[in-house]
Amino acid sequence: MKGWPVARPDTMSRESSADGPRDSRRDLVVVPGEDLGESEGHEAGHGVLVVDGRLKSTKQGRMNTKGSTVTVEPLHTTYMPRPGDLVIGHIEGCTNNIWFIDIGAPFNSILPMSLGPAKVEFGGTRKVLDIGDSILCRVQEVEETHQSVVTMKGLGLRKIKSGALDDVDPHLLGRLIGKGGKFLKDLKHESECRIVVAENGRLWIDGELEGILKVRNKLKELSHDARQIGGVN
Amino acid sequence: MGGYGDVQMIDENGLRMDGRKPGDVRPITIETGVVPVADGSCRMIWGTNEVIVAVYGPMEAHPRKIQRQDRAVLDVAYNMAPFSTTDRIRPGFNRRSREISKVTADALESVVLLELYPRSKIRIGIEIVSAEAGTRCVGLTAASVALADAGIPMTDLVVSVASGKINDVVVCDLNKEEDNYGEADLPMGVLPNTGELVFLQMDGDLSPDEFKQAWDYNMDAAMEVHKLMVEALKGGGN
Repeated sequence: MKGWPVARPDTMSRESSADGPRDSRRDLVVVPGEDLGESEGHEAGHGVLVVDGRLKSTKQGRMNTKGSTVTVEPLHTTYMPRPGDLVIGHIEGCTNNIWFIDIGAPFNSILPMSLGPAKVEFGGTRKVLDIGDSILCRVQEVEETHQSVVTMKGLGLRKIKSGALDDVDPHLLGRLIGKGGKFLKDLKHESECRIVVAENGRLWIDGELEGILKVRNKLKELSHDARQIGGVN
Repeated sequence: MGGYGDVQMIDENGLRMDGRKPGDVRPITIETGVVPVADGSCRMIWGTNEVIVAVYGPMEAHPRKIQRQDRAVLDVAYNMAPFSTTDRIRPGFNRRSREISKVTADALESVVLLELYPRSKIRIGIEIVSAEAGTRCVGLTAASVALADAGIPMTDLVVSVASGKINDVVVCDLNKEEDNYGEADLPMGVLPNTGELVFLQMDGDLSPDEFKQAWDYNMDAAMEVHKLMVEALKGGGN
């Protein structure tokens, strides 16, 4: 009897499944320089360039098509600051009236004395925040030259004095938080820790050591799974 | 590289000392993510060459005098481990490693979208663990895989291969003896998707016909190596 072929793991492929043919532009791992097809009728999104009427990948990652926009979701990213982002920064240096903050971006941020955590006298910056300290702050503005200014004036913005810091790639935050914040909520509940997730991929985990370890292991697992595309002989 | 006419490196059947035909490339293994703390990394084993490359960044460029207001800078450091050859190599930079670091940076600058990260720096460390011949080619190829692994935006990967001349025969991918006693060496860096050339050096003499043959060998080998690089980066993800 002839009919529809039964979908078995060996007959299923990337191109087709039991539901019929898949969109061939979905979920493909691509590498820099790879041709992604005709650009006509498509828009180049993140990680994609148009060269001579063809779409070209500029990053290693998974290709996605949403509507007419083709994007490459990279397997590794660098944080790019945007105004309003909550970030965790480390003090890298200071002058008499400015702190230099490493927020994990390609360019350091500055925290002017006027936006600091407390009233500071000129020349007294190190008494308030010293080199090596970590802070929870917010990106105030990003200039055209990519230089950014952060502020500590705001609710909950403070110097981090307890717990532990860890980080994941910024593009994995969506996966870490989960739909409607479910994954993060479960993680907080399970570890009994207070977890603050900053947009630059850094996390502040505060609680008992056992809980902190639990969270860190989970983060390690998440990063490992996301990068699981191995090598070749 | 004056040529040693009395050293027979290719037999009457056209087979080389290691059993390869003139156009054959040595076996290659590529692995990514081998340095967990780095943003991107690659281990490439090419014959008996072994290279580990780690990429960090983009990060703030220090010292400030190296910053470019309109783009990032590539800080490439090629280094041969003291134990990488039979003769111990004195640790630290030397004239050769500076030259190779510079030509590698120049070749990679043509593919990395540096203008996206003004005033920053991308640090690339190339460590030669075991050296046979053609380490600059292996270093450059591995560096482009590591950059892709680090998520640095690039227009293409760079593949580098060297061909040369031994006993008046043009051969691809020279090994140590062929490199030492051969008559010429032509390393090239190629963009496999466009066929553009980003790196070319030549040591020794080649006639126009021999140059053409070496060029063709390099181009063919580059396409072969590119397939392996893509496979390593995709890692069966497709």
